[in-house]
Amino acid sequence: MSAPRVETRVEPRVEPRAEPRAEPLVEIHNLAKSYVRGEQIVPVLSDITLDIQEGDFTALMGPSGSGKTTLLNLVAGIDKPDCGTLRVGGLDITTLTESQLADWRASNVGFIFQFYNLMPVLTAYENVELPLMLTGLGRSERRERVEMTLSVVGLADRMKHYPNELSGGQQQRVAIARAVITDPRLIVADEPTGDLDRSSAADILAMMQRLNTELGKTIIMVTHDGQSARAAKAIIHLEKGEIIGNVEPASA
Amino acid sequence: MFLLTLVCRNAFRHRLRTLLTVSGLAIAVLAYGLLQTVVDAWYAGAAAASSTRLVTRSSISLTFFLPVSYENRIRSVEGVKHVARSNWFGGIYQEPKNFFPQFAVSDNYLNLYPEFILPEDQRIAYVRDRKGCLVGRQLADQFGFKVGDVLPLRGAVYPGRWEFVIRGIFDGSDSTKFTKQMLFHWDYLNETLRRTTPRRADGVGIFVVGIDNPDNAAAASVNIDQVFRNSLAETLTETEQAFQLGFVAMSDQIIAAIQIVSYVVILIIMAVMANTMAMSARERTAEYATLKTLGFGPAFIALLIFAESMFICALGGGVGMLLTSPAAAGFKQAAGGIFPIFAVSRETITMQLACAAAVGIAAAVVPAIRAARVRIVDGLRAIT
Ligand SMILES: Nc1ncnc2c1ncn2[C@@H]1O[C@H](COP(=O)(O)OP(=O)(O)OP(=O)(O)O)[C@@H](O)[C@H]1O
Ligand SMILES: [Mg+2]
Repeated sequence: MSAPRVETRVEPRVEPRAEPRAEPLVEIHNLAKSYVRGEQIVPVLSDITLDIQEGDFTALMGPSGSGKTTLLNLVAGIDKPDCGTLRVGGLDITTLTESQLADWRASNVGFIFQFYNLMPVLTAYENVELPLMLTGLGRSERRERVEMTLSVVGLADRMKHYPNELSGGQQQRVAIARAVITDPRLIVADEPTGDLDRSSAADILAMMQRLNTELGKTIIMVTHDGQSARAAKAIIHLEKGEIIGNVEPASA
Repeated sequence: MFLLTLVCRNAFRHRLRTLLTVSGLAIAVLAYGLLQTVVDAWYAGAAAASSTRLVTRSSISLTFFLPVSYENRIRSVEGVKHVARSNWFGGIYQEPKNFFPQFAVSDNYLNLYPEFILPEDQRIAYVRDRKGCLVGRQLADQFGFKVGDVLPLRGAVYPGRWEFVIRGIFDGSDSTKFTKQMLFHWDYLNETLRRTTPRRADGVGIFVVGIDNPDNAAAASVNIDQVFRNSLAETLTETEQAFQLGFVAMSDQIIAAIQIVSYVVILIIMAVMANTMAMSARERTAEYATLKTLGFGPAFIALLIFAESMFICALGGGVGMLLTSPAAAGFKQAAGGIFPIFAVSRETITMQLACAAAVGIAAAVVPAIRAARVRIVDGLRAIT
């Protein structure tokens, strides 16, 4: 293991697991990403090295434009790095084709967005069912899973509602249900509370903590807000496309 | 199933936009169908004409008369069996919008038209009555004429008030035969003219010439015209079909224009539809990116857009096609007797279907490709 990797390793705030750590869920090594804008090449991320263990709940903080979303997108397999290694669950996802990546995302990553990104023409039930359409599950199995998941997020009585008939907090809970319905190992959330009032935000954060502790989901959450970051077990700071400082306990 | 749900709901997201587009499509497909039917009807009139009948008219123009004395000279041409006289009367029944053709014809006229079937007793009654007339079944049905009724006409070409007594009603041998017309004695017209305006008497508008064999049509035509070459009133003889097409030819440019317009209408709606689809797809950029994020492939996104476009076109096209036949019936009524045969053909319906499908496909191509290609990260940024 190289030096910078050790430096930025994210340790959980809660007591370490009894057994020794297995391979990290996310291994990032010397990752770089730039965007081409016209003639110009804009470097966004440079030389990122980072490990995230299975079961971590990591907050990604930093000023606007520091590359948080870009990093999250790379880890979640919806964008490709220019160079560097990126292994998730032992698989080097940079080598996958577009359609292999799509399949990989469908079964390995759950997505939560700032603006929920629900399909406006689908009901809460149908939105949650959406990812299951890509699996071979039968209708009744899907129904069972969707109903169960919606009741876990407290929306059993809103299944037939369309997104525009739900509050922001409720919509985000639908989105959380959609993110976990396929039982992915990794959940990525880009400012999941950014569009919510304080109490709805608290609900959502509490729910994400439960996903982490009760279901053992590994979560990476981008946030602007220190308060929100406190829900995580660890915080990583990004600035100008680089990870700055050491691991910082979230409770600090 | 799930795809269909998504497509239908997407299609009706902007009710007004979709409603307007569907109406536009329906109107375009309907207009296309009607215009094509007009073109068909135009040619159908000529196609129904017989090629064993020739028409001899003044070579100058239809409005010039030929001397009645030509009749015997035409009859003496080889291959000619019958010669009948026919003058366009152009009278008005009650008011101009009640238009139907009237012809003053010689008594042997119906011998040349076996497709008009007249009971023998009525034929005899007609021949006996100098002021008698015959009406076709379609005409009788339209105005409720019965045998024995008096049919008054206000002359337009031949001034004055004319009264005829309906002595017979003839049927077409099948439904495509045009029987919305009225025939009366050429002799009656001519006698009246001799009394009132002698200089207009003894003129014949056209001679309808029956020949023994359609193969001789060309030769007979040439021979007839040869007889009158270098005379005061030279003739032009052609098959009845060519004569009818001559009417059409006058309007050839109009027909071409109608045909072009019918396709222009489809092109316009194609542009409108493409715009609608482009707008819809652009508004949903973030949704398509979200679907891709969840693992749906570009092909699925393209299919969504294609299916939606086809769905809207099927709705609009379907409504337009359903309306075409009733509209054609109404159009036929409104057009009076101009189009004896006015029926929406199977080809027209097939073409309407093809046009609607073409619009659906053409409108979806660009938005579908664009949405399928857009990178997820760019698509997701479309909302923020
Ligand atoms: N698809 C793209 N094309 C071009 N430039 C991009 C693209 N995505 C991001 N960038 C640029 O990369 C930089 C980092 O963007 P990123 O969205 O990762 O920042 P962020 O930390 O998430 O900021 P914020 O807190 O405002 O969301 C910005 O300068 C942005 O303009
Ligand atoms: Mg961001």
